[in-house]
Amino acid sequence: MAIQDMPGASPWTQRLLAIYGALVLFFLMLPTVIVIPMSFSDSQYLEFPPTSWSLRWYREYFGSSAWMSATWTSLLVAVLTTLLATPLGTLAAYGMHCTSDRVRNSLQLLVLMPVVVPSILVAVGVFHLYAIVDLNYSITGLVLAHTALAVPFVIITVLSSLNNYDMTQEMAARSMGASRPQAFLGITLPQIRFSVLTGAFLAFITSLDEVVVAKFISGGENATITRRMFNALRDQIDPTIAAISTCLIVVSVLALAAVQFFGARSKGRT
Amino acid sequence: MAAAAASSQSLPITVSNLVKAYGDLRVLDDVSIAIRPGEFMTLLGPSGSGKTTLLMALAGFVSPESGSIRFGEQEMITTSPHKRGVGMVFQSYALFPFMSVVENVAYPLKIRGVSPAEQKSRAEAALEMVKLGGYGGRRINQLSGGQKQRVALARAMVFEPRIILMDEPLSALDKKLREHMQIELKQLHQKLDATIVYVTHDQREALTMSDRIAVINKGRIAQLDEPKALYRRPNSLFVADFIGETVLLPVQREGDGVSLQGRKLKLATPTPSGNGPLQLVIRPELLQLDAGDDGDTNTIAGVVRQTIYQGDSVLLIIDAGDGREVSVRIATSRAGQASLPDSGSRIALGLHRDDTVVLAEQAP
Ligand SMILES: Nc1ncnc2c1ncn2[C@@H]1O[C@H](COP(=O)(O)OP(=O)(O)OP(=O)(O)O)[C@@H](O)[C@H]1O
Ligand SMILES: [Mg+2]
Repeated sequence: MAIQDMPGASPWTQRLLAIYGALVLFFLMLPTVIVIPMSFSDSQYLEFPPTSWSLRWYREYFGSSAWMSATWTSLLVAVLTTLLATPLGTLAAYGMHCTSDRVRNSLQLLVLMPVVVPSILVAVGVFHLYAIVDLNYSITGLVLAHTALAVPFVIITVLSSLNNYDMTQEMAARSMGASRPQAFLGITLPQIRFSVLTGAFLAFITSLDEVVVAKFISGGENATITRRMFNALRDQIDPTIAAISTCLIVVSVLALAAVQFFGARSKGRT
Repeated sequence: MAAAAASSQSLPITVSNLVKAYGDLRVLDDVSIAIRPGEFMTLLGPSGSGKTTLLMALAGFVSPESGSIRFGEQEMITTSPHKRGVGMVFQSYALFPFMSVVENVAYPLKIRGVSPAEQKSRAEAALEMVKLGGYGGRRINQLSGGQKQRVALARAMVFEPRIILMDEPLSALDKKLREHMQIELKQLHQKLDATIVYVTHDQREALTMSDRIAVINKGRIAQLDEPKALYRRPNSLFVADFIGETVLLPVQREGDGVSLQGRKLKLATPTPSGNGPLQLVIRPELLQLDAGDDGDTNTIAGVVRQTIYQGDSVLLIIDAGDGREVSVRIATSRAGQASLPDSGSRIALGLHRDDTVVLAEQAP
C-alpha cells in the first residue's frame, strides 16, 4: 500500500512515516550493502571504508579451485533442492488445500516443524541419521536435508495463493472432460504460478544460504560455499569473503528479479 | 456436427436409494428419482436441504454412501466426473479468468482433442446460441454478470452433453435479468437435446421453467410433480407452504369429512387418514369475493379488516373468526370493476371445490 493511500493522515504524519520507513529499510540493507565496497578493497584485511581499490579478491576467488568447487557444489545443491522442493511443496499445498480444515491445520503444524525447530537440532539429527544410512558428505544427503528445510516455504506461499483461488474452476474443468491432473496443470497451476515461482525462489535461497546443517553434513569435495566461508572466517579474515558475499548477493537479486519479471508477466495475462 | 448431434440423444437419469451422510447428518436420505430424457427437472428446496449435494452426486463430485445413479442404462456411481459427460453450470460461473471468452467456451473441445478450427467454429456457434456472438475475443473480467452467465452456459453445452446440470445459475443476477434469463433458458432447453437438472430455492423460478419439480426437504423428496399439480395439489403442508403464497385455516374432522365454521367442506382430494389435526390450504388468488352458491363452492364467512393496494393486485385481509386471518388477492383489473367491500363489512368468500385441499399437519 502506498503511503499516500492512507485516508485521514495529515501530510506531516505521512512524511514522518516515510522517513521512518526509509530508516528501517536503510538499517536492514546496511549489513548487506557494506560488504560490497569492502570486496573491492586493495587491503589485506576487511576494512570499511576501503582506502584503495582493486579486483584482487575477485581474482583470488575465481582463481581458487577450492572456492570454485565449493561454489559449484552450492549452486548444484540449490538447484536440485529447488527442483525437488517446488513440485513437492506445491503438491503438498494442493493436497492440504483439498482436505478438511481439521486435517489441514494439523498437517500445517507438522509441515512447519523444520522451520520452527532450531537448525542446530535439525543438523545434529540429520548428521546422526546420515551416519547410519551413509549419506554424510554426499550431494544427495545435502539435497535431501535442504529440501526438508525448503519445502515448508513452498507450501506456505502456494497454500496462501490457493486460499484466494476458486476451486470450482477445477470442478468445472473436470465436468468438461479434464482429468484431475489435466485440470490442475491446465487451469489451477497457471493461476497460482506466481506463488509457485516465489516458493521456488525461497527454496533456492534457503539452500544457497544454509550453513548450520551444511557445517555438519557437508565436507571434503562436497563442501558448500557457506561452509567453506565459515571455516575461512575462523582461520583468517580476508576480503575474499566479501567478494564471495557480493557474488551471492548478485545471484539472489537476479533470482528475485526473475521471479518478479515472470510474476508480472503471469499477472499481466490474467 | 451432424454425426455428433445424432449421437447426442438426451438420456434419462435414474437415481435409486441414494444416501450421503456427513457424520451423523444424512444429507441425502434414501433419495430415488426418475428423470425423463429431455426433461427440465428442477430440484427445489430450502437452504441446506441437500439440493447441491444431489447435483454434485450426479456430477460425480460427491461420493454417496450407497445407492445407484444411472444415465440411461449405464451405472455411474463409481465413474469419475470427467468421464460422465455432463455439462455443468456453477453458481459462481467458474469461468477461467486467464482465458478469453472463446478460449473458455472451447475448453471442453480442446480437452476432447477436437481440431483447433472446429473448436473455434463450434465455440462461436455456442456463443451465438446464447446471444454473445462477437464477444469471443473479450476477457472474462470485461463482461457483466449476465454475460458471464451466458458464457458459462455456452461452455456447458458446447460439447453437446446429453445431460446438463445447473446449480442456482441465475442467483447472482438482479431480478429483472433473472426473469429474462429464465425465459431464455427455457427456450434454449427446447433447442437442445439434453436432460437438464436445475437447482434453485426460488419457487417462482422453478414454476416458470420446469417440466417437473422435485421438492426436497431435509434430504428427502417431499413431492415430485408438474408445476401445476404441485401448486394445486400439494401433498404436505411443507410443500404447500414452500410453493406459492399460502394461507392455512384449521378445520375439523366430521365423520369421514371435514368442516369449517360448522359447514361441511366439499373437497378436491380425499380426507387425509388418521385423526391428527387438519389444515385447509388456501391460495389467496383463488378465493372469490362474490360467491354464489352453485353447489360446487365452499363458503368462508368473515369480516374485512384491511385493504392493501399492491400495484398489480389488491390484498384484502379478512378475519375468519377466532382471530384467524385469511387474505384474498384480487387482480387490479378485476378489482376496478367490482366495488371492493369496506373495512368492517361482513362477507362470504367462495372457494371452488377443485381448489379445496385439506392436509394433515403431520405427514402420516
Ligand atoms: N462437505 C461437507 N461437509 C459437511 N457437511 C456438508 C458438506 N457439504 C454440505 N454439507 C451439509 O449438507 C447439507 C446440505 O447441503 P447442500 O449444499 O446440499 O444444501 P443446498 O440445498 O444446496 O442449500 P443452499 O440452497 O443453501 O445451496 C447442509 O446441511 C450442509 O451443511
Ligand atoms: Mg446449494
